Amino acid sequence: MTDMLQNFKKSILVSIWFVFLTFPLMVVRVNTMNQVVVWRWTNLVWVAIGSFVLSYLWRYMLARQQVRKKVADEGGEIRSKTQLLLEDMSFRYKAMGIILLAALVFPLVFDTYQSTIMISALIYVVLGLGLNITVGLAGLLDLGYVAFFGVGAYSYALLNHHFDLGFWISLPIGGFLGCLFGVLLGFPILRLRGDYLAIVTLGFGMIFKVVMENWDSLSFGPSGIANIDKPGFFGIDLNLANSTIYIYYIMIGMVIFTILVTTRLRNSRIGRAWIAMREDEIACVAMGIDIARTKLSAYALGAFWAGMVGVLFASKTTFINPASFTFMESAIILSIVVLGGMGSILGVIIGAFFLILLPEYMRAFSEYRMLAFGAAMVLMMIFRPQGIISNLRQTYEYKGSKEKINNG
Amino acid sequence: MEYFLELFFGGLTRGSIYALIALGYTMVYGIIQLINFAHGEIYMIGAFVALIVAGVCTIYGLSGVSILILAGIIAVIYASAYGYTLEKIAYRPLRGAPRLSPLISAIGMSIFLQNYVLLAQTSDFLPFPRLIPDFAFMEPVAHIIGSPELVILVTTFITMILLTLLIKKTRVGKAMRATQQDMNMARLVGINVDRIISLTFVIGSALAAIGGVLVASYIGQVNFYIGFLAGVKAFTAAVLGGIGSIPGAVLGGLVLGWAESFAAGYISSAYEDVFTFGLLVVILILRPAGILGKASKQKV
Repeated sequence: MTDMLQNFKKSILVSIWFVFLTFPLMVVRVNTMNQVVVWRWTNLVWVAIGSFVLSYLWRYMLARQQVRKKVADEGGEIRSKTQLLLEDMSFRYKAMGIILLAALVFPLVFDTYQSTIMISALIYVVLGLGLNITVGLAGLLDLGYVAFFGVGAYSYALLNHHFDLGFWISLPIGGFLGCLFGVLLGFPILRLRGDYLAIVTLGFGMIFKVVMENWDSLSFGPSGIANIDKPGFFGIDLNLANSTIYIYYIMIGMVIFTILVTTRLRNSRIGRAWIAMREDEIACVAMGIDIARTKLSAYALGAFWAGMVGVLFASKTTFINPASFTFMESAIILSIVVLGGMGSILGVIIGAFFLILLPEYMRAFSEYRMLAFGAAMVLMMIFRPQGIISNLRQTYEYKGSKEKINNG
Repeated sequence: MEYFLELFFGGLTRGSIYALIALGYTMVYGIIQLINFAHGEIYMIGAFVALIVAGVCTIYGLSGVSILILAGIIAVIYASAYGYTLEKIAYRPLRGAPRLSPLISAIGMSIFLQNYVLLAQTSDFLPFPRLIPDFAFMEPVAHIIGSPELVILVTTFITMILLTLLIKKTRVGKAMRATQQDMNMARLVGINVDRIISLTFVIGSALAAIGGVLVASYIGQVNFYIGFLAGVKAFTAAVLGGIGSIPGAVLGGLVLGWAESFAAGYISSAYEDVFTFGLLVVILILRPAGILGKASKQKV
């Protein structure tokens, strides 16, 4: 009883504090031009009620997390039912089959508009999976990831504009250029610790945008490049609806390719080196892993996907300008990786669909999109750092009979 | 020569603002080794609160320097309150978590605060009233250094002296230095480390708010996005000078201010930001610990 009273008191205090905190920004709106002040008192009521409820929830969640931690410390079972289900291989194959089938018939069932939205969600899936290599597996925080995406998009746009190169030739070129920039950026920052890395990559992302905005002779400045060719289909001209479907299938193929490669990479020698580096760099060096090569490969491979999908982005929109490659895009891709679960491939895919499709289908919500993303990033880190779907470590079990162990 | 002097003082003004914001980064980093990404947003909130107070005061008939001081004080109080809350919500639960976690939480908080101000106020640039008067005695040199610049320089200078006194002479300052050197040892000798960390955030936020008010009244407009670039640049300044070092942050801010001012004046103003980050990369390659920073050895 006293516990509840205490909780109530605390929540009241939190509520009062937030009312004070948000007062000038939420209530007052001044227009210095017309000399009018608008007082929006109702906002204050919402803040008071909202912060009261959230304060309760906050404390409840923290307490629950403590309990969970205790269970985990005592070596108890912390895998949930969904996790166990996901580990079941026969279930996995069935689910994958159903999803693949659904993905293949999607553009035939729904109209062009829906397919277009799906394409952009799939683009973010690939971007998320690419960034997942750098951030999720290798633990290198990259805040300028969108620059590699931009490199890919611009390389196709420029190659197409100047040399009339087609989509299919540009696709590997875009990926390769992204890769190259990844290595170029990687070199000077090899020696840096994680947090410096974040700021340098952020700087690189901004430099890319500033250069593209100002280097008119190369990039046509802020007005961008228009009339980029759509992907060619054996030289046949496709109408808008058909070419959208075509791009959709290319995108599905690319997603499958990305999933295959990243899954194989994760369990390969280099993938294990990334994970080891993420966990403990010093121990990693002591085990004889070449840190420079491991870091560079993480950067290069992460950037490769961004470059490739950049080419596709340019061919899909047929118009690009520097405004498409802002820090906000990097932040969205990062939140996809963080919310989905760093290192987890399924998590990133779900995260991408969730974050891209939700605001798309809930227009009223789209205004609050970035607000929710930011809050979600903080909350995720505090309450569920492993993301929606946590990354399952590959575990090896001894399958021989018990007697053998006893005999040995 | 006159052009040179103009750029020199322009860079000095700009640099001293960077230094004010960089101090917040460097103090927080010194204690909990975290890049407080949302620090730029605190600066922006400071400027916004000042704008609101100044706007309301102008409309209700106050005028001149009194508004500036009132707006400044309220902005400092609010920014400190935001800084305090920020630490409690986004960083304190993550103490002891892997290093990437608080960093991502900080980025999330930065995005959240930006959009909070965007939604609560507006996405437009709001004009900030001109509150710094033109001093008569500055008339002869006005083409090189104006009155607002003078006010900024004097204010930042006084603030920095006060900060140095606080850290070097008071009990609290001593506790802060102790916490920075060794958090566990500080706890053992009876320092309330949690309170010191909160205090660091409060002081850093207050400095950022002072910077925000000065810049807003100097440039004359405020927008929800101003904190981001300012934050990144101030962080660059902190790294330049050697993160964790207080004189380093001031020096780094000034160097960055001059570098930008001269690069913009003599080479090209469109590529100003490119120079900033180029400088950061070069410094990090040649001297990762910064100009005044000590190279830290990693212990196993």
